Amino acid sequence: MSKPRKIALVGNPNAGKSALFNALTGARQKIANYPGVTVERKSGRMVLPSGEPVEMTDLPGSYSLDPTSPDEAVTSKVIRGEFPGESAPDALVVVLDASNLEQHLVFAQEIIALGKPTVVALNMVDLAERDGLVLDPAALEQALGVKVVPTVAVRRRGLAELAEAVASAEMRHPGPGLTSLSMVERRVAAHAMADAAILSESKRHRLHARLDRVLLHPWIGPLILFALLFLVFQAVFAGATPFSDALEAGVAALTGLVTQHVPPSLARDLLTDGVLSGVGAVVVFLPLIVILFFFILTMEASGYMARAAFLMDRMMAGVGLSGRSFIPLLSSFACAIPGIMATRSITDPRDRLTTILIAPLMTCSARLPVYAVIIAAFIPAKAVWGGIGLQGLVLFALYVAGIVGAMVVALILRRSVTKGAASGFIMELPKYQMPAVKDLAIGLWQRAWIFLRRAGTIIFTVTVVLWLLLNFPRAHEGQNQVDASIAGKLANGLAVVVEPIGFNRDMALALIPAMAAREVAVSSLATTYAVAASDDENAQAMALGDQLKSRWSLPTALAFLAWFVFAPQCMSTIAVTRRETNGWKWPAFMLAYLFGLAYVFAGLTYWTAVALGL
Amino acid sequence: MTLDLLEPGQAARITAVHWDVLVEEEARRLRALGIDDGAKVRVAHRGVFGGRDPIALAIGRMTVAVRRAHAAAMEVELL
Repeated sequence: MSKPRKIALVGNPNAGKSALFNALTGARQKIANYPGVTVERKSGRMVLPSGEPVEMTDLPGSYSLDPTSPDEAVTSKVIRGEFPGESAPDALVVVLDASNLEQHLVFAQEIIALGKPTVVALNMVDLAERDGLVLDPAALEQALGVKVVPTVAVRRRGLAELAEAVASAEMRHPGPGLTSLSMVERRVAAHAMADAAILSESKRHRLHARLDRVLLHPWIGPLILFALLFLVFQAVFAGATPFSDALEAGVAALTGLVTQHVPPSLARDLLTDGVLSGVGAVVVFLPLIVILFFFILTMEASGYMARAAFLMDRMMAGVGLSGRSFIPLLSSFACAIPGIMATRSITDPRDRLTTILIAPLMTCSARLPVYAVIIAAFIPAKAVWGGIGLQGLVLFALYVAGIVGAMVVALILRRSVTKGAASGFIMELPKYQMPAVKDLAIGLWQRAWIFLRRAGTIIFTVTVVLWLLLNFPRAHEGQNQVDASIAGKLANGLAVVVEPIGFNRDMALALIPAMAAREVAVSSLATTYAVAASDDENAQAMALGDQLKSRWSLPTALAFLAWFVFAPQCMSTIAVTRRETNGWKWPAFMLAYLFGLAYVFAGLTYWTAVALGL
Repeated sequence: MTLDLLEPGQAARITAVHWDVLVEEEARRLRALGIDDGAKVRVAHRGVFGGRDPIALAIGRMTVAVRRAHAAAMEVELL
C-alpha cells in the first residue's frame, strides 16, 4: 500500500483556514509538533470523490513565503519541501477570504507561482455577500490560472466541489515572469484581479465597523473588556466547582473500591496514595480548564481576541511587551502550559521569551487548592470595609501580587536578559463572526485531550517516583516511614535552607512532591500530618486546616502563601518551557529567578509578620 | 506630514516610507499587509483612555493595528 498523497491548506491568517480544515477532515485530527520547532502540526484524513484517502495538513497562516515568525517559517519550508523529515505536499489548497481579496491574492499568487497542483478556495463568500460584495469566481479563475471554488466552511458549502477540484489538480508550468514578480508587482496584480472579480460592491454599513465603534472606543472599549474578563473568571470558578466536586467524588469512590477489594499491600498503596491521589488531584482541574478555554476559543473565533490585544497593547507596552502577549497571559490564569504554548503567535522572539518567562507568575488554577486550604485555616472569615470578605480579599491580593510581580519582572527582563529593540505591535483585526459550534467543540476536545494526556504521562510518572521516594527504604519497627524514607532525608536537608523564611520540616517535605504540581502540596501535608484517612476531600481539607492551625504560626502560613505566588513548582511548566525554548538554558533561568523571588518574598512576609506581632 | 498625526476618520495616501527606521521583520510584515508606498489608509480608531497608541488602520477591507512608531515612519498626503 502506498502512502496517501498529501494536501496542504495554506493562506493568510484569518482566511478561515482552520474552519475549512475542520469541515474537510472532521474531528479526526492528529495534532503534533513539527520536529525541532514548536509549531503545531495539524493533520487529518480526507477522502476524495474517487475514494482515494489523502492526508490533509493545515499549515500556519502566513502573509508571504518570506517568513517573519517561526510559524511562517514552517509554512514556507513545508511548501517548498525543505522541511527536514516532512515530504512536500503533493497539492495545495490556497484559502482566500472572499471579502479580503485584494490582500489575500498577494500571497495566493506567490503560492500559485510555485507551479504545484493548486486549487483556490474562495472562502467565507457568505460574509462577503453580507458585506454587499458580489464576486465572479470565473474571472478570478481566469486571472490566476487555477481552479477557484467558492466555499463557506462553517455551512459546509462547496466542500464536494473543492474535493473534486483537488482530485483533478495537476502540475502547471507557470507562465514566464509569474515566478519572478516582486511583492509590489504582485500587489498591483492583486488589485487588478480583485477589481475584475468584484462584480458589484454596495456601500452597505458593515457590521464590524459598527461593533468596533463601541468595542474599540477609547473609554467604553476597555471597560467592556474588563467587565467581560470579570464575568469570565466568575463563570470559570463558579461553573467548574460542581464538575470538579463530582470528579473528586469519582476519584474518592475509585480509591474506596480499590481499598475494599485489593488486599493491603505496597502495590495497593502505590495505586491509591500514589497514582489515584496524584493523578486525581490534577484531573479535577479539567472542568476549570475546559470552561476557561470555552471563553478563550469563543473570543478568538468571534474576532474579539484581537480587539482585546488592541485594547491591552498600551498597558503591555508600559513593561516592554505588546498586546500580543495578552492572550497567552490570560490563558495562564487557567494553566501556564497552554499559555506558554499560545506564545507561538508572538512574532518578536524577545517578546515571546519574556512572555514565556513571566507566564508562571499568573495565578494558575493549581495554586487555588493551596491558597484555599491555608486561607480557610488562618484568615478569619470576617467582613472588612463594608461587606467585603477578608478571605476573598486575601485571595484577590494573591492574584494581584502575581500580576504585579509579572509586570515588574517583564520590565526588568526587557532591560536586561531580553533586551532589544522596542517590540512592535502589528496585528490584523479580523472581521467579527459567529463562532461555529463544531469548531469550538473540536478546539475544546483538543485542549482537554492534551491536558489529560499530560496527566496520564508526566504527572503519573512523577507521582510514582515520589511515592517510591517516600516509601523506601522501609521504616524499622517504631520508626516513622516518612523519617526513614529518601524523601524524608531530603526534606531534612531542605529544612535547613527554608528555616530562615519561617518554614518547618513538614513544609519542606511538602515542597518536594509539590515540584510535580503545586496542588500536590495539599495532599502531601495531609499525608504528612497523618490525618485520619477520609474519602471525603472536603472533610480531609477541614481536618487538615485544624492540623495546620495547631502546628503553624500565622507568619509561617502567610510566608507559605507568599512562596506559592512565585515558586515554579510545576514540572510540566518547566518541561514545556524547555520544549518551547529549545534547550535547558531558559527553563533553568526560570527556575532560578522564580525560586529566588519565592524565597525572598516568603522571607520578607515571615519577618514582617513576626515584627508586626501577628 | 506623517501618518501618526492623523485623527480617527481621516484618510490618506502613503507617499513614502522610511523603512530604515523600522525593524527589518516589522517592515516586511507591514509590506505583507499592504501598508506600503501608494497604499490608501484611514485611521479607524486610535488609543485607549485618551492615549495615542495603538492605531487601527483601515486598508482596503482589512483593519490592521500598528503602533505610533510605525505610523511615524510613513509620509502621507491627506485624501
